[in-house]
Amino acid sequence: MSSIIFSILAIGGFLCLYRIYQGPSISDRAVGVDIMGILFVGITALSALFYDLSYLMDLSITLAMFSFIGTLALAKYLEKRSLDD
Amino acid sequence: MRYVIYFIIGFCLWLLLTLSVNLDHLVAGIIVVLLGTIIFGGYFTDKPIKFLQLHRLFWLIIYIPVFIWCMVKANIDVAYRVLHPERPIKPGIIKIKTTLKTNIAKVFLANSITLTPGTMTCEIDGDYLYIHWIWVQTSYVDKASRIIARSFEKYLRRIFE
Amino acid sequence: MISPIGWIIIWIGVFFDILGAVGLVRFPDVYNRLQASTKCVTLGTFGIMIGIFLLKGFSPMGIKALICGGFLLLTSPVAAHALMKGSLHFGTKMWKGSVVDKYGEDKLGGEQIEKPKEEK
Repeated sequence: MSSIIFSILAIGGFLCLYRIYQGPSISDRAVGVDIMGILFVGITALSALFYDLSYLMDLSITLAMFSFIGTLALAKYLEKRSLDD
Repeated sequence: MRYVIYFIIGFCLWLLLTLSVNLDHLVAGIIVVLLGTIIFGGYFTDKPIKFLQLHRLFWLIIYIPVFIWCMVKANIDVAYRVLHPERPIKPGIIKIKTTLKTNIAKVFLANSITLTPGTMTCEIDGDYLYIHWIWVQTSYVDKASRIIARSFEKYLRRIFE
Repeated sequence: MISPIGWIIIWIGVFFDILGAVGLVRFPDVYNRLQASTKCVTLGTFGIMIGIFLLKGFSPMGIKALICGGFLLLTSPVAAHALMKGSLHFGTKMWKGSVVDKYGEDKLGGEQIEKPKEEK
Protein backbone atom coordinates (compact mmCIF):
# COMPACT_ATOMS: atom_id res chain seq x y z
CA MET A 1 0.00 0.00 0.00
CA SER A 2 2.67 2.54 1.00
CA SER A 3 4.67 2.06 -2.21
CA ILE A 4 1.58 2.73 -4.35
CA ILE A 5 0.75 5.97 -2.51
CA PHE A 6 4.35 7.19 -2.63
CA SER A 7 4.58 6.39 -6.36
CA ILE A 8 1.43 8.41 -7.09
CA LEU A 9 2.67 11.40 -5.09
CA ALA A 10 6.11 11.15 -6.75
CA ILE A 11 4.44 11.33 -10.16
CA GLY A 12 2.71 14.51 -8.95
CA GLY A 13 6.09 15.91 -7.91
CA PHE A 14 7.52 15.15 -11.35
CA LEU A 15 4.60 16.94 -13.01
CA CYS A 16 5.45 20.01 -10.88
CA LEU A 17 9.11 19.66 -11.95
CA TYR A 18 7.99 19.59 -15.56
CA ARG A 19 6.13 22.86 -15.04
CA ILE A 20 9.18 24.41 -13.30
CA TYR A 21 11.43 23.35 -16.19
CA GLN A 22 9.02 24.26 -18.98
CA GLY A 23 7.14 27.28 -17.61
CA PRO A 24 7.10 30.15 -20.08
CA SER A 25 7.37 32.87 -17.42
CA ILE A 26 8.80 33.29 -13.93
CA SER A 27 5.33 33.27 -12.35
CA ASP A 28 4.68 29.74 -13.67
CA ARG A 29 7.87 28.54 -12.00
CA ALA A 30 6.89 30.20 -8.73
CA VAL A 31 3.52 28.41 -8.83
CA GLY A 32 5.29 25.11 -9.43
CA VAL A 33 7.57 25.64 -6.42
CA ASP A 34 4.60 26.51 -4.19
CA ILE A 35 2.58 23.44 -5.17
CA MET A 36 5.59 21.16 -4.82
CA GLY A 37 6.13 22.43 -1.28
CA ILE A 38 2.59 21.54 -0.23
CA LEU A 39 2.89 18.10 -1.90
CA PHE A 40 6.07 17.42 0.09
CA VAL A 41 4.27 18.31 3.33
CA GLY A 42 1.79 15.53 2.50
CA ILE A 43 4.58 13.08 1.63
CA THR A 44 6.41 13.77 4.92
CA ALA A 45 3.23 13.29 6.95
CA LEU A 46 2.52 9.98 5.20
CA SER A 47 6.10 8.80 5.90
CA ALA A 48 5.50 9.59 9.58
CA LEU A 49 2.37 7.43 9.44
CA PHE A 50 3.86 4.46 7.56
CA TYR A 51 7.22 4.19 9.37
CA ASP A 52 5.73 5.24 12.75
CA LEU A 53 8.31 7.95 13.36
CA SER A 54 6.72 10.77 15.35
CA TYR A 55 9.41 13.37 14.69
CA LEU A 56 8.66 13.38 10.97
CA MET A 57 5.35 15.08 11.84
CA ASP A 58 7.26 17.96 13.46
CA LEU A 59 9.30 18.15 10.27
CA SER A 60 6.05 18.33 8.30
CA ILE A 61 4.80 21.37 10.26
CA THR A 62 8.16 23.11 9.83
CA LEU A 63 8.17 22.36 6.11
CA ALA A 64 4.69 23.90 5.78
CA MET A 65 5.87 27.08 7.50
CA PHE A 66 9.03 27.42 5.40
CA SER A 67 7.15 26.74 2.18
CA PHE A 68 4.71 29.54 3.07
CA ILE A 69 7.47 32.03 3.85
CA GLY A 70 9.38 31.11 0.69
CA THR A 71 6.29 31.61 -1.45
CA LEU A 72 5.66 35.02 0.13
CA ALA A 73 9.25 36.05 -0.63
CA LEU A 74 8.88 34.92 -4.25
CA ALA A 75 5.64 36.90 -4.56
CA LYS A 76 7.32 40.03 -3.17
CA TYR A 77 10.09 39.58 -5.71
CA LEU A 78 7.58 39.28 -8.54
CA GLU A 79 5.86 42.45 -7.38
CA LYS A 80 9.22 44.29 -7.62
CA ARG A 81 9.09 45.44 -4.01
CA SER A 82 11.84 45.23 -1.42
CA LEU A 83 11.63 42.48 1.18
CA ASP A 84 11.22 44.65 4.25
CA ASP A 85 7.83 46.30 3.76
CA MET B 1 -5.42 42.98 27.74
CA ARG B 2 -4.62 41.96 24.19
CA TYR B 3 -1.17 40.77 25.28
CA VAL B 4 -2.74 38.50 27.89
CA ILE B 5 -5.08 36.87 25.37
CA TYR B 6 -2.24 36.48 22.87
CA PHE B 7 -0.15 34.80 25.58
CA ILE B 8 -2.95 32.39 26.51
CA ILE B 9 -3.58 31.37 22.88
CA GLY B 10 0.14 30.87 22.22
CA PHE B 11 0.60 28.82 25.36
CA CYS B 12 -2.38 26.55 24.51
CA LEU B 13 -0.82 25.98 21.07
CA TRP B 14 2.51 25.09 22.71
CA LEU B 15 0.78 22.62 25.05
CA LEU B 16 -0.94 20.95 22.10
CA LEU B 17 2.34 20.73 20.19
CA THR B 18 4.40 19.14 22.95
CA LEU B 19 1.55 17.26 24.67
CA SER B 20 3.46 16.65 27.89
CA VAL B 21 3.44 18.37 31.30
CA ASN B 22 7.16 17.98 31.89
CA LEU B 23 8.66 20.88 33.88
CA ASP B 24 11.39 21.56 31.30
CA HIS B 25 8.87 21.78 28.48
CA LEU B 26 6.66 24.15 30.47
CA VAL B 27 9.53 26.54 31.33
CA ALA B 28 10.83 26.57 27.74
CA GLY B 29 7.29 27.20 26.49
CA ILE B 30 6.73 30.13 28.85
CA ILE B 31 10.00 31.77 27.74
CA VAL B 32 9.31 31.29 24.02
CA VAL B 33 5.69 32.47 24.20
CA LEU B 34 6.73 35.54 26.26
CA LEU B 35 9.27 36.49 23.59
CA GLY B 36 6.65 36.03 20.87
CA THR B 37 4.12 38.11 22.80
CA ILE B 38 6.56 40.99 23.31
CA ILE B 39 7.55 41.07 19.64
CA PHE B 40 4.28 40.33 17.82
CA GLY B 41 1.56 41.23 20.34
CA GLY B 42 1.21 44.73 18.95
CA TYR B 43 -0.08 43.41 15.63
CA PHE B 44 -2.93 41.52 17.30
CA THR B 45 -6.61 42.42 17.02
CA ASP B 46 -7.90 45.67 18.51
CA LYS B 47 -10.85 44.31 20.45
CA PRO B 48 -9.80 41.02 22.09
CA ILE B 49 -13.01 41.00 24.15
CA LYS B 50 -14.68 39.46 21.10
CA PHE B 51 -12.92 36.17 21.83
CA LEU B 52 -14.95 35.79 25.00
CA GLN B 53 -18.42 36.12 23.45
CA LEU B 54 -19.88 32.67 23.13
CA HIS B 55 -22.34 33.27 20.29
CA ARG B 56 -19.43 34.07 17.95
CA LEU B 57 -17.84 30.71 18.73
CA PHE B 58 -21.22 29.05 18.09
CA TRP B 59 -21.48 30.59 14.61
CA LEU B 60 -17.84 29.67 13.93
CA ILE B 61 -18.63 26.02 14.67
CA ILE B 62 -21.67 26.25 12.35
CA TYR B 63 -19.51 27.86 9.65
CA ILE B 64 -16.75 25.20 9.48
CA PRO B 65 -18.89 22.31 8.03
CA VAL B 66 -20.49 24.69 5.50
CA PHE B 67 -17.02 25.80 4.41
CA ILE B 68 -15.65 22.24 4.11
CA TRP B 69 -18.69 21.20 2.06
CA CYS B 70 -18.05 24.15 -0.29
CA MET B 71 -14.41 23.04 -0.60
CA VAL B 72 -15.42 19.51 -1.60
CA LYS B 73 -17.83 20.93 -4.21
CA ALA B 74 -15.03 23.16 -5.54
CA ASN B 75 -12.71 20.22 -5.93
CA ILE B 76 -15.25 18.13 -7.81
CA ASP B 77 -15.79 21.13 -10.09
CA VAL B 78 -12.05 21.49 -10.75
CA ALA B 79 -11.74 17.73 -11.29
CA TYR B 80 -14.43 17.94 -13.97
CA ARG B 81 -12.59 20.78 -15.71
CA VAL B 82 -9.20 19.05 -15.53
CA LEU B 83 -10.35 15.66 -16.77
CA HIS B 84 -12.68 16.93 -19.52
CA PRO B 85 -10.91 16.52 -22.89
CA GLU B 86 -11.83 20.01 -24.14
CA ARG B 87 -10.96 22.00 -20.96
CA PRO B 88 -14.27 23.94 -20.53
CA ILE B 89 -12.88 27.23 -19.17
CA LYS B 90 -13.82 30.87 -19.80
CA PRO B 91 -11.62 32.86 -17.38
CA GLY B 92 -11.71 36.53 -16.48
CA ILE B 93 -11.15 38.99 -13.65
CA ILE B 94 -14.24 40.73 -12.26
CA LYS B 95 -15.03 43.08 -9.39
CA ILE B 96 -17.42 42.53 -6.50
CA LYS B 97 -18.55 44.71 -3.60
CA THR B 98 -18.66 43.45 -0.05
CA THR B 99 -20.74 44.73 2.84
CA LEU B 100 -18.30 43.61 5.56
CA LYS B 101 -16.49 46.38 7.40
CA THR B 102 -13.67 45.03 9.61
CA ASN B 103 -10.34 43.91 8.22
CA ILE B 104 -10.27 40.43 9.74
CA ALA B 105 -13.71 39.64 8.29
CA LYS B 106 -12.53 40.76 4.85
CA VAL B 107 -9.44 38.52 5.10
CA PHE B 108 -11.58 35.53 6.00
CA LEU B 109 -14.00 36.34 3.17
CA ALA B 110 -11.08 36.45 0.72
CA ASN B 111 -9.73 33.10 1.95
CA SER B 112 -13.17 31.49 1.75
CA ILE B 113 -13.66 32.78 -1.80
CA THR B 114 -10.26 31.39 -2.79
CA LEU B 115 -11.11 27.88 -1.69
CA THR B 116 -14.63 27.66 -3.14
CA PRO B 117 -15.89 26.79 -6.63
CA GLY B 118 -14.08 28.44 -9.49
CA THR B 119 -13.22 31.75 -7.83
CA MET B 120 -10.02 33.25 -6.47
CA THR B 121 -9.25 36.62 -4.87
CA CYS B 122 -6.67 38.85 -6.58
CA GLU B 123 -6.74 42.00 -4.49
CA ILE B 124 -8.76 43.75 -1.78
CA ASP B 125 -9.26 47.46 -2.36
CA GLY B 126 -11.48 49.09 0.22
CA ASP B 127 -14.98 47.68 -0.21
CA TYR B 128 -14.19 46.09 -3.58
CA LEU B 129 -12.62 42.69 -4.21
CA TYR B 130 -11.11 41.66 -7.53
CA ILE B 131 -11.94 38.03 -8.30
CA HIS B 132 -10.46 35.70 -10.91
CA TRP B 133 -13.33 33.51 -12.09
CA ILE B 134 -12.69 30.38 -14.12
CA TRP B 135 -16.16 30.41 -15.75
CA VAL B 136 -17.43 33.99 -15.96
CA GLN B 137 -21.23 34.09 -15.71
CA THR B 138 -21.65 37.85 -15.45
CA SER B 139 -19.42 40.90 -15.25
CA TYR B 140 -21.86 43.22 -13.45
CA VAL B 141 -20.80 44.12 -9.91
CA ASP B 142 -24.15 43.57 -8.16
CA LYS B 143 -25.03 40.27 -9.77
CA ALA B 144 -21.54 38.83 -9.29
CA SER B 145 -21.49 39.84 -5.62
CA ARG B 146 -24.82 38.12 -5.12
CA ILE B 147 -23.57 34.90 -6.72
CA ILE B 148 -20.14 34.74 -5.07
CA ALA B 149 -20.12 36.45 -1.70
CA ARG B 150 -23.60 36.52 -0.13
CA SER B 151 -23.62 32.98 1.23
CA PHE B 152 -20.43 33.57 3.25
CA GLU B 153 -21.16 37.12 4.35
CA LYS B 154 -24.14 36.22 6.46
CA TYR B 155 -22.01 33.83 8.54
CA LEU B 156 -18.91 36.02 8.71
CA ARG B 157 -20.93 39.06 9.82
CA ARG B 158 -22.23 37.11 12.78
CA ILE B 159 -18.77 35.80 13.66
CA PHE B 160 -16.59 38.87 13.37
CA GLU B 161 -18.78 42.00 13.59
CA MET C 1 -14.62 1.02 12.43
CA ILE C 2 -12.67 4.29 12.33
CA SER C 3 -9.69 2.82 10.48
CA PRO C 4 -11.28 2.11 7.04
CA ILE C 5 -12.77 5.63 7.00
CA GLY C 6 -9.31 7.04 7.64
CA TRP C 7 -7.80 5.04 4.79
CA ILE C 8 -10.60 6.09 2.42
CA ILE C 9 -10.04 9.77 3.29
CA ILE C 10 -6.27 9.36 2.74
CA TRP C 11 -6.91 7.82 -0.69
CA ILE C 12 -9.29 10.64 -1.63
CA GLY C 13 -6.60 13.12 -0.57
CA VAL C 14 -3.96 11.40 -2.70
CA PHE C 15 -6.35 11.39 -5.68
CA PHE C 16 -6.97 15.14 -5.37
CA ASP C 17 -3.22 15.77 -4.99
CA ILE C 18 -2.38 14.06 -8.28
CA LEU C 19 -5.34 15.85 -9.90
CA GLY C 20 -3.93 19.20 -8.82
CA ALA C 21 -0.56 18.32 -10.35
CA VAL C 22 -2.25 17.30 -13.62
CA GLY C 23 -4.14 20.60 -13.61
CA LEU C 24 -0.82 22.42 -13.16
CA VAL C 25 0.38 20.88 -16.42
CA ARG C 26 -2.83 21.04 -18.45
CA PHE C 27 -4.21 24.55 -17.98
CA PRO C 28 -3.11 27.32 -20.34
CA ASP C 29 -2.03 30.31 -18.23
CA VAL C 30 -0.65 31.05 -14.78
CA TYR C 31 -3.94 32.19 -13.22
CA ASN C 32 -5.87 29.07 -14.17
CA ARG C 33 -2.97 26.89 -13.06
CA LEU C 34 -2.86 28.63 -9.69
CA GLN C 35 -6.61 28.26 -9.33
CA ALA C 36 -6.78 24.52 -10.05
CA SER C 37 -3.66 23.41 -8.28
CA THR C 38 -4.12 25.46 -5.10
CA LYS C 39 -7.64 24.18 -4.50
CA CYS C 40 -6.92 20.54 -5.26
CA VAL C 41 -3.59 20.27 -3.45
CA THR C 42 -4.85 22.10 -0.36
CA LEU C 43 -7.88 19.86 0.06
CA GLY C 44 -5.77 16.80 -0.78
CA THR C 45 -3.15 17.46 1.87
CA PHE C 46 -5.83 18.49 4.37
CA GLY C 47 -7.55 15.14 3.69
CA ILE C 48 -4.30 13.27 4.32
CA MET C 49 -3.92 15.06 7.66
CA ILE C 50 -7.54 14.30 8.68
CA GLY C 51 -6.99 10.65 7.73
CA ILE C 52 -3.86 10.44 9.90
CA PHE C 53 -5.80 12.02 12.78
CA LEU C 54 -8.59 9.44 12.42
CA LEU C 55 -6.07 6.57 12.31
CA LYS C 56 -3.96 7.73 15.24
CA GLY C 57 -6.59 9.30 17.49
CA PHE C 58 -5.52 11.67 20.28
CA SER C 59 -1.87 10.61 20.29
CA PRO C 60 0.91 13.22 19.73
CA MET C 61 1.07 12.37 16.03
CA GLY C 62 -2.68 12.80 15.55
CA ILE C 63 -2.80 16.18 17.30
CA LYS C 64 0.20 17.41 15.30
CA ALA C 65 -1.44 16.26 12.07
CA LEU C 66 -4.56 18.24 12.96
CA ILE C 67 -2.52 21.38 13.75
CA CYS C 68 -0.61 21.00 10.47
CA GLY C 69 -3.89 20.65 8.53
CA GLY C 70 -5.34 23.78 10.10
CA PHE C 71 -2.14 25.70 9.37
CA LEU C 72 -2.24 24.64 5.71
CA LEU C 73 -5.89 25.64 5.43
CA LEU C 74 -5.07 29.12 6.78
CA THR C 75 -1.85 29.84 4.88
CA SER C 76 -2.25 28.28 1.46
CA PRO C 77 -4.95 30.74 0.21
CA VAL C 78 -2.78 33.63 1.41
CA ALA C 79 0.21 32.29 -0.52
CA ALA C 80 -1.90 31.83 -3.66
CA HIS C 81 -3.31 35.36 -3.29
CA ALA C 82 0.21 36.82 -2.96
CA LEU C 83 1.44 34.91 -6.01
CA MET C 84 -1.56 36.05 -8.04
CA LYS C 85 -1.07 39.72 -7.14
CA GLY C 86 2.63 39.36 -7.84
CA SER C 87 2.13 37.95 -11.30
CA LEU C 88 -0.49 40.60 -12.10
CA HIS C 89 2.00 43.34 -11.21
CA PHE C 90 4.82 41.49 -12.96
CA GLY C 91 2.83 41.77 -16.19
CA THR C 92 2.10 38.18 -17.03
CA LYS C 93 -0.59 38.19 -19.72
CA MET C 94 -3.82 36.25 -19.38
CA TRP C 95 -4.78 33.48 -21.78
CA LYS C 96 -6.17 34.62 -25.13
CA GLY C 97 -9.58 33.05 -24.44
CA SER C 98 -10.22 35.25 -21.39
CA VAL C 99 -13.32 37.39 -21.58
CA VAL C 100 -12.91 40.30 -19.15
CA ASP C 101 -10.18 41.92 -17.02
CA LYS C 102 -11.55 44.54 -14.62
CA TYR C 103 -8.32 44.75 -12.62
CA GLY C 104 -6.21 45.64 -15.64
CA GLU C 105 -8.77 48.24 -16.72
CA ASP C 106 -8.85 49.86 -13.30
CA LYS C 107 -5.26 49.69 -12.12
CA LEU C 108 -2.85 48.83 -14.92
CA GLY C 109 -4.26 50.86 -17.80
CA GLY C 110 -5.79 48.40 -20.24
CA GLU C 111 -6.67 44.73 -20.26
CA GLN C 112 -3.75 42.37 -19.79
CA ILE C 113 -5.04 39.73 -22.20
CA GLU C 114 -2.76 38.03 -24.69
CA LYS C 115 -3.59 38.80 -28.32
CA PRO C 116 -4.57 35.79 -30.43
CA LYS C 117 -1.99 34.93 -33.06
CA GLU C 118 -2.93 35.68 -36.66
CA GLU C 119 -3.30 32.54 -38.70
CA LYS C 120 -1.62 32.48 -42.07
